[in-house]
Amino acid sequence: MGAVTFLPRWIPLFFLSNRKLPDWFVEWLDLIPAAILSALLIPALVTAGDPRRLILWRPELLVAVPTFLFALKTKSLGGTVVVGMLLFWLVGKV
Amino acid sequence: MGKHDTFKEGLGAAWPICLGYVPIGLAFGVLAQKAGLSPAEIAMMSIFVFAGSSQFIAVSMLSAGAGPLAVIATAFMVNIRHLLMSSALSVYLRRPGRLQLTLLAYGVTDESFAVNLGRFHQQNWDIRQALVVNQSANAVWIICTVLGGYGGGIIPQGALGLDYALTAMFICLLVFQLRGRIYILTALLAGGVATAVALLIPGNCYIILAAVAAATMGVVCQKKIAFFQNGPAVAKTMDD
Repeated sequence: MGAVTFLPRWIPLFFLSNRKLPDWFVEWLDLIPAAILSALLIPALVTAGDPRRLILWRPELLVAVPTFLFALKTKSLGGTVVVGMLLFWLVGKV
Repeated sequence: MGKHDTFKEGLGAAWPICLGYVPIGLAFGVLAQKAGLSPAEIAMMSIFVFAGSSQFIAVSMLSAGAGPLAVIATAFMVNIRHLLMSSALSVYLRRPGRLQLTLLAYGVTDESFAVNLGRFHQQNWDIRQALVVNQSANAVWIICTVLGGYGGGIIPQGALGLDYALTAMFICLLVFQLRGRIYILTALLAGGVATAVALLIPGNCYIILAAVAAATMGVVCQKKIAFFQNGPAVAKTMDD
């Protein structure tokens, strides 16, 4: 189990760094972070349950909107984390 | 830059990850203990596997009586997305040592990937700070999972909105990545595709499927835009 979680992390770093990659591949890799973060985040905000269902009015999504705006305005990672936690905590209290 | 600064900068970037790992690590420890793992076994698992979602799935499969091969195959599927993350990180690493690379690879998680990549973009970051980020997140993960195994009710459920720390962090890191129209378009595509696939197919293959599809569509759109704005000649040279 250790090997199968380690190898996907190690192989690209070991074989791709220090190498001249084709331009299209660099452009593609440049878009990967935005794509992967959004792919991680959005389903976690708008789906829940097992099997998953689309639920739009979840506290996770409700809090995400002001948290997103705060991040956009301040560009502060620490501040965003604290504001997000605080809002989520307050929503839980209501 | 001194060793001390490197360490401080790394910790400065890592603290939101560490904060977010506390409730998840404790929760994992509690579950693992219920599944029959001793604190020592939990520590071994967190050290050797170091993958939150894979560990959760492994423990629930173990308590459901699944065989080792099924657990290992599932862990591989769950973590294959790190192929993409390590590939994206590799662009920023020039002439690193093999040992450093291997150590860095060990600590690549969704969270450390996103934090380090944001910093690499700002260009005042190298593999040493990245290693501090990865290793401090790893240390907090190991400690919290073991503490959870000893009796996890230390932090009450839902305390201080801790459960939202990593979500808030990902929101901000996504904002950092939206550096232009093409990135916003790609993120929207990825979010839409990921949600659709997540609703249709169980498991978490939606992450890698949506990321690959959206980045590919993003590159194609970029080429199309270049073609219409500058004519075929420029688009052609971009392809070479």
